[in-house]
Amino acid sequence: MRLSRFLKTILMVDFISGLIIAIKELFKSKKTINYPFEKGKISPRFRGEHALRRYPNGEERCIACKLCEAVCPAQAITIESAEREDGSRKTTRYDIDMMKCIYCGLCEESCPVDAIVQGPNFEFSTETREELYYTKEKLLDNGDRWENILAANIRADNPYR
Amino acid sequence: MEYMNIIFGEVYKILFLIIPVLVSVAMIVWLDRRVWAFVQKRQGPNVVGPFGLLQSLADALKYIFKEIIIPSSSNKIIFILAPIVTMTLALIAWAVIPFSETHVLANINVGILYLFAVSSLGVYGIIMGGWASNSKYPFLGAIRSAAQMVSYEVSIGIIIINVLLCVGSLNLNDIVIAQQNIWFVIPLFPMFVIFFISALAETNRPPFDLPEAEAELVAGYQTEYSGMMYAMFWLGEYANILLMCAMGSVLFLGGWLSPIDLYPFNLIPGAIWLIFKILFLFILFALTKAIVPRYRYDQLMRLGWKIFLPLSLTWVVLTASYLFYFNLLPVN
Repeated sequence: MRLSRFLKTILMVDFISGLIIAIKELFKSKKTINYPFEKGKISPRFRGEHALRRYPNGEERCIACKLCEAVCPAQAITIESAEREDGSRKTTRYDIDMMKCIYCGLCEESCPVDAIVQGPNFEFSTETREELYYTKEKLLDNGDRWENILAANIRADNPYR
Repeated sequence: MEYMNIIFGEVYKILFLIIPVLVSVAMIVWLDRRVWAFVQKRQGPNVVGPFGLLQSLADALKYIFKEIIIPSSSNKIIFILAPIVTMTLALIAWAVIPFSETHVLANINVGILYLFAVSSLGVYGIIMGGWASNSKYPFLGAIRSAAQMVSYEVSIGIIIINVLLCVGSLNLNDIVIAQQNIWFVIPLFPMFVIFFISALAETNRPPFDLPEAEAELVAGYQTEYSGMMYAMFWLGEYANILLMCAMGSVLFLGGWLSPIDLYPFNLIPGAIWLIFKILFLFILFALTKAIVPRYRYDQLMRLGWKIFLPLSLTWVVLTASYLFYFNLLPVN
């Protein structure tokens, strides 16, 4: 027992077997991705940056029911509403404080008209805090920009809702 | 005017040596990180330039623009001197490395002694840096490094005696030429292994990177350094690693000799062979970094004094008796 251990130490068996494993691993495919150039797959349920969606005719979906504002555990959403000339109730203000937001997805779940959704975008870091106070314009703009993906995601996730 | 000519003649020769060494140091840092990453199945630096080759240049640029912070309680002169000493010592040793029979900056008779002396002096940069920082972690790192480098220099010295017994000359070119028939790595293989491990310890490479063990000592003697001074420590360290690889290739792997003295191989200039051998040793260094955990300090000291020293001493006696008995002692 002791002799075999001595031989193992002297001949550096462990070191050499480790070296062989290292050389084998050297040529195997990499487990990491080139992040900014290639990105990992994201689930349709991914809860990223918020967006306010519109109907295909361009009308805002949001009906200012304020369910999201009520359910928001971080109280990041602020909504003010008013009646429009045509009698429909619409928001005059829809702010999300993205620094308060905990990305729980409850706003998306509570929304009866699929207006507020969390999209697949997670790369919206900014240089100032002010840029992270999202206004209604910013959210609607997000919705217009991501609409195709957002609609596809909602459709993909629909059977499980 | 005559003096000026001599000075400029020398300066141009020195620049021809130093600039390639510095460039290859930058490349070798990239290679080190890349090999390390590949073993761990990561990508490694691959963005700056082709395959990330220019990563070191980008790093250097970053270091240049960083502020150099000198601690108010430090000994300023020594604090500034330390990285300069490290880098200078790592570079001046290259003067005696033979790139071919004629391409040596200083073909001095005691080349190996010079090399050994300069690499021993390397510890001063680290001690100065650690002591002048006037802070506990750098100081502990410097103490560790001093003890470690001194211990392993002893065994490296004795390994060199082994080689010198076979060569009969202290000139590095003579050492290379003596290996024309057989590289010393074959008859002195155990010594080569011990040299390799001692070189790891001498250059503070993992698994012997105790002076900068980040888990215990933050960054060891480099803790208080920033900006270009830190980069100079870094450059010096890698230049030292390259130097140790070059020393290993000259002593054991036949320096600039081609592996087979046949038609297509001996057309390739010796410098290329030397570079290949240095690269081979360096990749071994890098792989070792990736696969071994760090030694404990008492284990390190035990390995140095109780295993390597007696082993290499015994081997000196064996080599000497063998050469004496078979009348093979080189006589000049």
